Amino acid sequence: MQPTVTTRTRAGTLTGLFALLLIAAGLALPAFASRSLIQDLFFILTMLTLAQLWNLLAGYGGLVSVGQQAFVGIGAYAMFAGVILWGMDPVLAIPLGGLAALALAIPTAFFAFRLAGAYFAIGTWVIAEVTRLLVAQWKTLGGGTGTSLPREATSNIIGVETIRALFDVREAAARDILAYWLALALAVLTIAAIYALLRNRLGLALAAVRDNAEAANSVGIDAGRIRWAVFLIAAAMTGLVGALIYVQTARISPDAAFSVTDWTAYVIFIVVIGGIGRIEGPILGVLVFYALQTLLADYGAWYLLTLGLIAIAVMLFAPRGLWGLISDRTGLQLFPVQRRLTGISFKGGQT
Amino acid sequence: MNWLDILVQGVLLGGLYALFAAGLSLVFGIMRLVNLAHGDLIIFAAFAILLVVSTLGLNPFFAALLTAPLMFALGWALQRVVLNRVLGKDILPPLLVTFGLSVALQNGLLEAFSADTRRIPAGPLESASLNLGLVTVGWMPLLTFLSAVLVILALNRIFYATALGRAFRATSDDPVTASLMGIDPKGIFAIATGLAMVVVTVAALYLGMRANFDPSIGPARLIYAFEAVIIGGLGSLWGTLAGGIIIGVAQTLGAAINPEWQILSGHLAFLLVLLVRPRGLFPRAVD
Repeated sequence: MQPTVTTRTRAGTLTGLFALLLIAAGLALPAFASRSLIQDLFFILTMLTLAQLWNLLAGYGGLVSVGQQAFVGIGAYAMFAGVILWGMDPVLAIPLGGLAALALAIPTAFFAFRLAGAYFAIGTWVIAEVTRLLVAQWKTLGGGTGTSLPREATSNIIGVETIRALFDVREAAARDILAYWLALALAVLTIAAIYALLRNRLGLALAAVRDNAEAANSVGIDAGRIRWAVFLIAAAMTGLVGALIYVQTARISPDAAFSVTDWTAYVIFIVVIGGIGRIEGPILGVLVFYALQTLLADYGAWYLLTLGLIAIAVMLFAPRGLWGLISDRTGLQLFPVQRRLTGISFKGGQT
Repeated sequence: MNWLDILVQGVLLGGLYALFAAGLSLVFGIMRLVNLAHGDLIIFAAFAILLVVSTLGLNPFFAALLTAPLMFALGWALQRVVLNRVLGKDILPPLLVTFGLSVALQNGLLEAFSADTRRIPAGPLESASLNLGLVTVGWMPLLTFLSAVLVILALNRIFYATALGRAFRATSDDPVTASLMGIDPKGIFAIATGLAMVVVTVAALYLGMRANFDPSIGPARLIYAFEAVIIGGLGSLWGTLAGGIIIGVAQTLGAAINPEWQILSGHLAFLLVLLVRPRGLFPRAVD
């Protein structure tokens, strides 16, 4: 047998099959599930997507951004602008969110990449604050107090009528189902794209830059270009998620859309608790996060206090998160990206 | 619009921002740690001072004097128990730990003191002013500015004229070699964070006496502090004061044009400096 380098494992193949089943079940779910379950799943899927994107930035790209709320917010506002200013269908205006976030990411990267290491984190935060303050000056979109999607826009969303007929539900529930399907599609697409990225040359280069930028440079990797690429991709996708979230919410304000707690703190906690630098991490993390939220929902500030303390404890005692603990014990990799040499059998005593 | 007045008020406001920034600058300079909870620690200290003032009925300055050693102990313990464990080549763990601390502190304070805005009562000093002929300045902003200068003088003195300062600088340059000379880097880090918390107490005293505060305003203070440090250039405390002044003047100027632009113009001044002088105005450290 020829020695070959592969990333394929049996667990990985099984995961792929299981994921396909799960996606099929997810698509069919609105036929059985209650509206509140659909809404919860929408929340979980959008948070999962944001977490995967932040994990790509911080866990694989070494870019710890505390300013991702800038892209959620600008994406949401771009969608609102499309609907309110140009009369677009909210769902068709979602791509505007991605474009706007991409456009904002270019100057953000230009400024923030001037700040080395840890200062990059606060630099991105400053840009998010500047964006929030500027958007609050945009009076046609409600200024500092915000605005809602007009009723004529939300009542004529493309596809909602079909869903209504299909599942025999009210219009608001049909809108939730549509948003849920879009969230499912976006989550699957994001995870698949990140997985594909990590398995090809760019992913290898990314890991090399993260681990040692100088050494990566010396073997011909352009670290700067890779950082730019990852930052722009993550920003554009985050903008899409932001737009989608606010299609479902239908009401926006600068403080909510650019909230550092909702769109960055929660996301960071999900990734840290689940396991940073693994695709499995955010998946496990979002489940723990949702469970904690359900348990502690009535305790207000205690909930965030607990999340903060858990994140600190995880970084201290299990820096690679819950999935790191599981993976260390069992060697399990559901999304294998590690390159292994196969096809060689080692005989006893020989090396 | 009185330009001289705007300039003077802006410079004095810069003193407050320099106080916010000095602790951050100190910790970063010695251990390359960016403490994302810095702003929330300032608010924590302000609540601590307020608690002492209201329970013991002390003058705020005495209360701060009482709070300072407690904050030193807190900083020392924080570094010993938590931060020293995550310091290393990877910048990710300390950032995430201090971010978690920031969120935990904010919500802990929210539970303990509610979201109401508070103020440390300073008696007649709050409104006392000094007529300098062309401009009138409040005693409080003036005291803030003088305290900032004093704190920076004291820190520079510690850095360049004491054995502890030598240990700080040695550890900052190369912790491994410093430890060969009998210095315990982790102990030095703990003292540095303790010292930074004393500076934080001074900042909290003026923050609390000058304006209303509540548990949610920490992150904004962190951002001002950070901007002052970057504008000034890493490793230079006088640069940090200059950075604070630039933010203060930009904010006062922005507010004079349109009150809604106060915060924004401070941020824009920061971005402008970052554009023209990416390493700040008076850079000293290489990284």
